[in-house]
Amino acid sequence: MSVLLSVDQVTKRFGGLAALEEVSLSVESGEIYGLIGPNGAGKTTLFNCMTGLYTVTSGAVRLDGAEVQALKPHQIVKRGFARTFQNIRLFANMSALENVMVGRHARTRANVLGAVLRCRKTRAEEAGIRERALELLNYVGLGGKSRGLASHLSYGDQRRLEIARALATEPKLLALDEPVAGMNPNERQQMGELFRKLREGGVTLLLIEHDVKLVMGLCDRVAVLDYGRKIAEGPAEEVRRDPAVIAAYLGGEA
Amino acid sequence: MLDSLRRRPRLAFALLAVLLAALPFIMGFGLGNSWVRVLDFVLLYVLLAIGLNIVVGYAGLLDLGYIAFYALGAYLYAWLASPHFGLHLPFWVVLPIGAAFAGLFGVLLGAPTLRLRGDYLAIVTLGFGEIIRIFMNNLNAPFNLTNGPQGMNLIDPVSVAGFSFGKTLHIFGLSLPPTYFYYYLFLAFTLLAIFIALRLQDSRIGRAWAAIREDEVAAAAMGINTRNLKLLAFAMGASFGGLAGGLFAAFQGFISPESFTLWESILVLCMIVLGGMGNIPGVILGAVLLTMIPEALRYIGDLQRATLGHVVVDPSDLRMLLFGVALVGMMLFRPAGLLPSRQRKREFAAEDGVAEQEQASLYDAKA
Repeated sequence: MSVLLSVDQVTKRFGGLAALEEVSLSVESGEIYGLIGPNGAGKTTLFNCMTGLYTVTSGAVRLDGAEVQALKPHQIVKRGFARTFQNIRLFANMSALENVMVGRHARTRANVLGAVLRCRKTRAEEAGIRERALELLNYVGLGGKSRGLASHLSYGDQRRLEIARALATEPKLLALDEPVAGMNPNERQQMGELFRKLREGGVTLLLIEHDVKLVMGLCDRVAVLDYGRKIAEGPAEEVRRDPAVIAAYLGGEA
Repeated sequence: MLDSLRRRPRLAFALLAVLLAALPFIMGFGLGNSWVRVLDFVLLYVLLAIGLNIVVGYAGLLDLGYIAFYALGAYLYAWLASPHFGLHLPFWVVLPIGAAFAGLFGVLLGAPTLRLRGDYLAIVTLGFGEIIRIFMNNLNAPFNLTNGPQGMNLIDPVSVAGFSFGKTLHIFGLSLPPTYFYYYLFLAFTLLAIFIALRLQDSRIGRAWAAIREDEVAAAAMGINTRNLKLLAFAMGASFGGLAGGLFAAFQGFISPESFTLWESILVLCMIVLGGMGNIPGVILGAVLLTMIPEALRYIGDLQRATLGHVVVDPSDLRMLLFGVALVGMMLFRPAGLLPSRQRKREFAAEDGVAEQEQASLYDAKA
């Protein structure tokens, strides 16, 4: 196994507040890596730093060995690192299919001239975009709902659509920010199955999650953040027994 | 009738082509030659509205200074084809340069405003529009570039293969003023603009614009280079404006800063809002209505003179009143515009749906 993503001593400050303090972790290619921690621990901030939405105050993020912390979000996507959002950010007034088709943007090339002239190459590309988008909708289980408006989908389906849209960018590494939040146990289980299927398909997953049971059952390795610091990292079972982790979640002396 | 046409698109297309080709003659001989001139302006405004629609309707960037690009195109035409600098380049050279020139300014305006959204962007673009107009008004000293408030005149008319559009043509016992020839020229450019806008809308680029309009952060997370695509929208919209400006200068033969006021920017914006933002047929309808109706209102003045002997209500005052009433009425009854795009319709419908739901749950709680 090789290291796909490494976060090296990343610090992020907002004014005087340090949201992340010298956090380091590494995700190996092919694993499901969990990131847990109480509310406000800095999980989403770390996601935003990794995906180019925030600029880090100090430290480095490496994808496949190349530093990406200074790149823009769209450049990081092109390097094979896609994400979803904690508060679902779909293109609400576009159909499910159109949402996924937008996701193909990073992997297609048609420019203004091609779009206006609609030459054979552009038409072929456009057909390919549509076909791949339909495939991905089927893959996440939204096959029959491609024409419906994204905002009319149920909550769980919106989460699935966000994953399909992210997959359309052909990521090597997919970061999911609380993908099962607000779902019932049945839906959670189905999502867990989808994640395993994704891993088998060759996508490395990085997962922020509150549901400890899901994380423990699914993730190969887990890192725990608390107050912007990493307090534990390792195989799920070990981390679960770590006194510092128990203290962070339940309070009390560490 | 409409249904049978819908089933035969080729026939509908042919009928439309014949109608468009015959329109100036129908209007000219039916209502008088002044209406052919109105038709010419309708086409210019359709061209402007389609350009602004790329910026506002597709990419969702509210631009209140759009008329500045129209002005830039018009002044560039005057610089390159009038006695002012003694240059008399042919129109097919000047028009593309004008479009490119306006497009360049579109990027210049776009670049510093990329981080701005909504109201803030609107204010900056509004300022830009005024700056251009004021420049045109004052650049007659120290070096006379624009001839100041007097404007520039004797601009070369369009001339194709030695035939000048500037003179009335007498043929087969008919006399055809220049407005007829400009109609066909403007029609050609307008159809080209419609074609380009429709193709762009339904493409990778159009989807990326729609995504930026919906959610910029999510768009960036899909690998869309939001900076470049926003600049592209500004540049495309501006170059359509510049093209329309060049046509306007050649058509009028005279331009002055007065033609490029904030009111004109607002008028073009009203056209796309009234017609249906983002939807090309809607945008065209809006431009046609808002150009034709004020002209039709002139008859109210004549009517008053005929019946009452003098004008009681000035039609140009009435115009503003009706404008206001039309916009308020539209907001109440068709908030997405007269012919809204699929997407806009959904947006407004979705908001209604949410409001109803919330109300329903309130009542449930009470009961």
